[in-house]
Amino acid sequence: MIQHLVDGILVGSLLSLGAIGLTMVMHILRFANFSHAELLSLGAYAALVFDGVFAAILPPLAAQIGPLSMTGALALAVLASMAFTGASALVIDRLVFRRVRAKGGELSMVFASFGVALILRNAVGLIFGLHGQLYSKDIVFAVVLSRDPLLLVKPDQIAALAVALVLMLALHLVLSRTTFGYALRAVGENPGLAQVHGVNLTATIRWVWLIGGGLAAVAGIFYGLSYQITPVMGRDLVLPIFAATIVGGIGSIYGAVLGGFVVGIAQNLALVALPSGYSPSVPFLMILLVLLIRPQGLFGEGRA
Amino acid sequence: MIGLISYLVFFTTVASILAIAVMGLNLHWGFTGLFNGGVVASFGAGAYATLILGGTPQAGHLGGYGWPWPLALAGGLVAAGVLAWIVGVLTLRLRRDYLAIATFGVAVTFENVMRNAQGLAGGAQGVRGFERPLQDVIGTGLSYNVFFLAVTLAALILTYVVLERLVRSPFGRLLRAIREDEEAARALGKSPTRVRLTSFVFGSVVIGLAGGLYGTFYAFVSPQDVLPILTFQIWAMLIVGGAGNNRGAVAGTFLIWGAWTASGWALARFAPVEAQLYTGSVQFILIGLVIVGMLLWRPEGLFPERLAPASKTADDRGKLEPGSVT
Repeated sequence: MIQHLVDGILVGSLLSLGAIGLTMVMHILRFANFSHAELLSLGAYAALVFDGVFAAILPPLAAQIGPLSMTGALALAVLASMAFTGASALVIDRLVFRRVRAKGGELSMVFASFGVALILRNAVGLIFGLHGQLYSKDIVFAVVLSRDPLLLVKPDQIAALAVALVLMLALHLVLSRTTFGYALRAVGENPGLAQVHGVNLTATIRWVWLIGGGLAAVAGIFYGLSYQITPVMGRDLVLPIFAATIVGGIGSIYGAVLGGFVVGIAQNLALVALPSGYSPSVPFLMILLVLLIRPQGLFGEGRA
Repeated sequence: MIGLISYLVFFTTVASILAIAVMGLNLHWGFTGLFNGGVVASFGAGAYATLILGGTPQAGHLGGYGWPWPLALAGGLVAAGVLAWIVGVLTLRLRRDYLAIATFGVAVTFENVMRNAQGLAGGAQGVRGFERPLQDVIGTGLSYNVFFLAVTLAALILTYVVLERLVRSPFGRLLRAIREDEEAARALGKSPTRVRLTSFVFGSVVIGLAGGLYGTFYAFVSPQDVLPILTFQIWAMLIVGGAGNNRGAVAGTFLIWGAWTASGWALARFAPVEAQLYTGSVQFILIGLVIVGMLLWRPEGLFPERLAPASKTADDRGKLEPGSVT
């Protein structure tokens, strides 16, 4: 039970990172982006490539950091992959979403995002193969935190949680303390009015994609580090991430953080009651539950 | 020659079944502006319920009630309708993309439950043991397939006629009115939420009909038949054909299903053996490219919706006086 709770918190932090970017896009660009989860797998695979490159160029970096299976090369690869994935999100917006946005309504964007997701997921599968991959073949043993009740945690997972929390704190400071944060919130409230007040809409949208893509990359990499990297990880994570945004309230960044933890914990606690095969259904049950009890989510504004 | 004919019969049957589903989706997306991300859930509900209700008794899971086929099929339609009603009631009054997320969730969950619930629907092995209607009279093989093609074409024509009448009726105009300007419709005293729910449930029942026919045709359904890719294929068919145009929807279905079948055949024939594993990926990318490409370059489809100017048709002119505006 305790083990499931801890596992839930660890996965939840990664879902939160994914959900932050998604909820920002849903708030600012007003469409449900079904290709967002593919950015997680894009980030994970980008890090795999960067990791190989950095380890080849600078062999000393290939050493592991402390008890982690993570190497110095992979740590650098995380940064490179964040930049790459953010830039990719921007390019996808240029190529597809911005042009659909100019032509049609929000729902055409949802359509387009499914198409983009299909293309990205299967292109990744074609390039890297359909089998699962690992950053490191070394086995990292879980650390026993407590024997009664038995509680096992991998050092990598703790690192992932720490990184996720630091990123969330950094984002919080940016949103609450900088002009950019105010501009972002202003655009979310009323894009027209924000523009009248001198907020650069194009630049704000650009930052939303960069931040969303960067956070998605981190989530994808740590997810891959905890389990394995597969081309279908985006497909498996899309519903949990959407559930996190709906639980938190669409458009609320703090809601997305909380929603990620709630969904992660619920999905793991459900293992106590349900056979593990049903675990992909849990996010949908949570969506239904939230829609029944509190459709606007925990922090939502209930905007129709 | 006989091989070609029997293949054409098979192809036309499957394409006609899919065309029914595409017309159901057209009622959602084309005429009402509802985003249905879980077409396979309605399709699967229709197929599974038909087979469970009409099948012979099976060890280990629910089913084998042996209902006569028309009743079993009706049960499939009801199952698809009930499922749609539950989702619709919960989501249609909210922000419009909630429906997209919830329907997508239903489809994922439907597949997941069918795969795992051994006692409900046979789990990963699916539902078997279904006696196809009139099979003992007509026999198996080509003669039966021709008969079933006739049944499917009848269902296709019936669906087309009913939907065409529906969208030309006052209710159809109301659907388009809500799609174009919800506030204006509300100001005229209409309830957009209720109208959307009606449209959502009815369209899902039509998709359920397609599912029921599909299950009957193969006398078998398994979780492999309700994978998300079917939803994307059906969308591609509608987008290519032209949302809001039922004839376009049917044409788009035959076009995309033809292209899908041909590309699958070409990849299996010409791709090197070691690449065979990836033919699915290539086909999925093609479907994605069709969806994105159509949205970018021809969002109205190959056969756009024809909107008759309201005041010019004789049919509408008589209905312009106050009180009968619909």
